[in-house]
Amino acid sequence: MSGNGSLEALRRSGRIVIVGASLAGLRAAETLRDEGFTGSLTLIGDEPHEPYDRPPLSKQVLLGKATADRTALPRRRELDAEWRLGVAATGLDMTARRVRLGDGDEVPYDRLLITTGVRARPWPHPLEAELDGVFVLRTRQDAIALNRRLTAAPHRVLVIGAGFTGSEIASACRELGLEVTVAERGPAPLVGALGGVVGQVAAELHRAHGVDLRCGVMVTGLEGDSAGRLRRAHLSDGTALDVDVAVVSLGATRNTEWLAGSGLGAGPRGIACDAGCRAFDVRGIVTDDVFVAGDVARSPHPLFNYQFLSLEHWGNAVSQAETAAHNMINASADRRPHLWIPAFWSSQFGVNIKSVGVPSLGEEILIAQGSLAEGRFTGVYGYQGRVIAAVTFDQTKWLEHYQRLIETAAPFPPPWTTVDRRAEGLRPVPADFPDPSLPTHGPTVTLSGYSPTDRRITFTPARA
Amino acid sequence: MTQGSLLRKITDYANRADPYPVYAELRKTPVLHDEAGPYIVSTYWEIHGLLHDPRISSDARNLNPQAAETLADEEDPALPPAFLRLDPPEHDRLRRLAMTPFGPPHTPRRIHAMRGELTRIIGELIDGFADRDRIDLVDHFSYPFPVTVICRLLGVPREDEPRFHHWAETLAAGLDPDPDEDAAERRRVTQRARSELGLYLAELIEERRRAPGDDMLSALAAGHGPEGQMTQAELLSTAALLLVAGHETTVNLITNGMLTLLRNPDVLTQLRTRPHLAVPLVEELLRFEPPVQLLPQRTPLADIDIAGVTIPKGASVWLVLASGNRDPQRFLEPDRFDPQRRDNQHLGFGSGIHSCFGAPLARLEAQLALTALARRLDNPRLLEDPPEYRRNAVLRGPRHLPLAFDGLREPGD
Repeated sequence: MSGNGSLEALRRSGRIVIVGASLAGLRAAETLRDEGFTGSLTLIGDEPHEPYDRPPLSKQVLLGKATADRTALPRRRELDAEWRLGVAATGLDMTARRVRLGDGDEVPYDRLLITTGVRARPWPHPLEAELDGVFVLRTRQDAIALNRRLTAAPHRVLVIGAGFTGSEIASACRELGLEVTVAERGPAPLVGALGGVVGQVAAELHRAHGVDLRCGVMVTGLEGDSAGRLRRAHLSDGTALDVDVAVVSLGATRNTEWLAGSGLGAGPRGIACDAGCRAFDVRGIVTDDVFVAGDVARSPHPLFNYQFLSLEHWGNAVSQAETAAHNMINASADRRPHLWIPAFWSSQFGVNIKSVGVPSLGEEILIAQGSLAEGRFTGVYGYQGRVIAAVTFDQTKWLEHYQRLIETAAPFPPPWTTVDRRAEGLRPVPADFPDPSLPTHGPTVTLSGYSPTDRRITFTPARA
Repeated sequence: MTQGSLLRKITDYANRADPYPVYAELRKTPVLHDEAGPYIVSTYWEIHGLLHDPRISSDARNLNPQAAETLADEEDPALPPAFLRLDPPEHDRLRRLAMTPFGPPHTPRRIHAMRGELTRIIGELIDGFADRDRIDLVDHFSYPFPVTVICRLLGVPREDEPRFHHWAETLAAGLDPDPDEDAAERRRVTQRARSELGLYLAELIEERRRAPGDDMLSALAAGHGPEGQMTQAELLSTAALLLVAGHETTVNLITNGMLTLLRNPDVLTQLRTRPHLAVPLVEELLRFEPPVQLLPQRTPLADIDIAGVTIPKGASVWLVLASGNRDPQRFLEPDRFDPQRRDNQHLGFGSGIHSCFGAPLARLEAQLALTALARRLDNPRLLEDPPEYRRNAVLRGPRHLPLAFDGLREPGD
């Protein structure tokens, strides 16, 4: 469509389809209606539920403090939408502007928004992944099943991977009084996200709460009994552990397979889009009618060297969805860029962890306030002489200030005096991120194929 | 108009009933300074930024000598600054210790559990109006209600109210940065009130140690948290802070609230039939008529550049919260009282690490009180508008709020 007349027609009676009925999809739909879109609106989701909130799944729901079916996302307004739930989108015809569904149906659109998000990366050995007692945690169903098993007093739980989700699961297990072992391939928990300096604090948190934390090891195999129940795990250091529950927390895979062959620039790292949420096709040309938002999107951010960032952040999903929805029904001069500052929170072992910016870009870290030893601190990450990110452990209320420093490219290390600045905060130290050329989280994966449409991701066991 | 005269206008009692035109004038210069006086910050984003800025200290000991001179309080070894006037890490430790018996994570339901009791106290106070057709809302309701509540919560005998009332009022007056007053005399009076209140609380805490109850003073005195215990001096300062701040502000929130409702009778009518309105309504009140108008004691630990001005290290900074709340750069139609306002991140409770400790209690008190007054007073009307205000420019509110009504409805009506 082009010209104001057709834009008016789109807003009045166009067809907008949103594939992905979770947080980003719901907020986009609400924004479309808020901004006066009166045409037909269809939301397609492969899960049978209406949109629900995921952060509680690895926290309150695992602890049994909230039930999974009570985590529905609050509605901001009436939607007047057609919901196609429990049916996956299986293909996209960009020329005919149609989305193919798993039940054979096809849904035509004038504008398409893709918010298919990510799914948990499964245990790479399919037979072992089938064992009774092996879990991932991403969906409401996952949380219900895992909670049921955890409350049935297992002998020992193994958490594979000590990223944010893995650490939260370990924390929940300890709160339930369960014996838990965490196996992390990197030198410390959270090291990929926050670096080794902060990772050491996280490691102490695990150990202080009775977690059997094992770093620098990989789980090489899961072993079941004759009835197919998980019994034992084998580690790369040669040891074996008797466990009856294993939670695979090896990060996420982007839900883009259904776009294979569509011509859209979609691959295992997400769907590339411009700052206005318009998707790129495989030729690197931006589309006019296909938009993306949420975990599945990868968009360039000027503040972070125009890096294409894909963020699995709650706040990013909301903000990007709102921007995408706005841009879908506005002329190019009125479109807005998605310039969200990445922000993330986690709650584990009674500690509130929050970060802004992109810590993993940081070369150095300065403990600007508080103290690592006390476990309450604000760490500031520096990149080429400017502030690029910050993280707080139980010091959330300062974070906004550091966000402002990131937004204004303030000098690093920040030269000024602050309240609660200790001796250790007087000079920056290397942030100690793993060498980016070496994998830190999850199993090693390699890519094959030349074009995004036939690129494949392959699991490769650790190099010995 | 010179800057000095604007500063004077903030403290000038003549502007107390309606300080908002002065604030509008102030906002033309977001960071205002004249030679001797404080740096006055009046715009929303600048205030918000400074409240979250770790270079800003709340500890008066960081003021330069010249700025410290105008301060009413002096250090008193028996009653050191409460956490309100301290920086981290001391602030964080004391605030956490005070939070242990008050709120989450250790005591998450303390305030919620008081709901029934608050309702009962409100009911009794209103029942007391039964044979009247006019009252002074301040004397008959807005003051006694929060006093009774804070006494219950802390474990302070309600009958001691006449004793601590005087001290509390003196200490609250000590916050008023009126430059006309004789600083030395005021310092002397404030000092005496502080030490008398300190002695009173020391006795009370001793009693609570001997015979602990289910109150916050007992819990604070027993202090078996993971982080140990407050020293006796810290305990006294904290208790004094909670007692004074626990009612000197809520009385204004409730009185300002009723005044605003009576000036907006359509909202008052809505509240009668829709008690759920109380929640956003109180938020809008905190924006529109905040009980704490400005924070007069902040100082930078380093030179800070903001809105084109450098505030030097050690200078005295005033954050005019009530002006930020009416900043048209932040709020649509800021001078309109709109209880349905959606985007309402007001500064009524401050923000950052010093954001109001008692906010959950103050919110609940105001919500329940205003709802009950709206439901039970039949045809209430103002007898004086504007009413007579208290002198204080910081803790602003009417001294009296005379109103008439045609009778009382039953609570269930």
